[in-house]
Amino acid sequence: MVELIAKSACDGLLPKTIGSLTLSEAAPEAITSVTPFRGQEAAVSEALKAQIGAAWPAPNRMTGRAGARVVFSGRGQAFVLGPRIAPIAGAALSDQTDAWASVELSGTGAADALARLVPIDLRPGVFRQGHCARTLIFHMPGLVMHTGQDRYGLMVFRSMARTLVHDLESAMEAIAARG
Amino acid sequence: MRITCPICGARDSREFSYRGAALALQRPAPDAGDDAWADYVHLRENPAGDTRELWYHEGGCGAWIVVTRNTVTHEVRSAELAAEVAR
Repeated sequence: MVELIAKSACDGLLPKTIGSLTLSEAAPEAITSVTPFRGQEAAVSEALKAQIGAAWPAPNRMTGRAGARVVFSGRGQAFVLGPRIAPIAGAALSDQTDAWASVELSGTGAADALARLVPIDLRPGVFRQGHCARTLIFHMPGLVMHTGQDRYGLMVFRSMARTLVHDLESAMEAIAARG
Repeated sequence: MRITCPICGARDSREFSYRGAALALQRPAPDAGDDAWADYVHLRENPAGDTRELWYHEGGCGAWIVVTRNTVTHEVRSAELAAEVAR
């Protein structure tokens, strides 16, 4: 059996610090998509609470804490970002751990840099901590999460990792150039 | 233009892609006859006023929605989940 070495999506690209902003890779231990069958949302929420202590999220919201989050990821779908979870009766689960590039943008002005790429209102009073959105990151569909003060988690399909880093770098440079 | 996705809320139109008149939800029966099918496949209304269209929230939650839009004023009057309209 050949020994294979796992490479993360942003291997060799990150971390990068430009001005006050830092971009680093933030891949969770596992990414599991959870889609409850019709009418099973409440039961699935209970099962998630029992397994990782976080309930089913409302649209544009996430529950739990760093390392064990449940994040709204589409119509009737949420991602569990954290430990691998056991099968849940009443929901379809799929392992997507290697399918996404996950990065974190942090530092003063992080929202200003993102505002150059993301077409939603990112002001901290509107897009608060614990909020998330399936939206566009420049030309890519992605997932934006407000995880902490001046701290944002971003996910796009893994094949777009290099483009994501490039686009974010451009935005970070533009913010740094303004001084 | 902004469209209020029933799930995500008001979003920029660049997140959505257009699929044409919301006619696909009124597909004729297989034996409805050539006239009904020709109408369904080829003929479209071109109203000066309210029109109903299917949009896909591609850069968002992935929902299909029926948008009622006014072609004269450009007002987006409503947006409903296509799954609920079809039910």
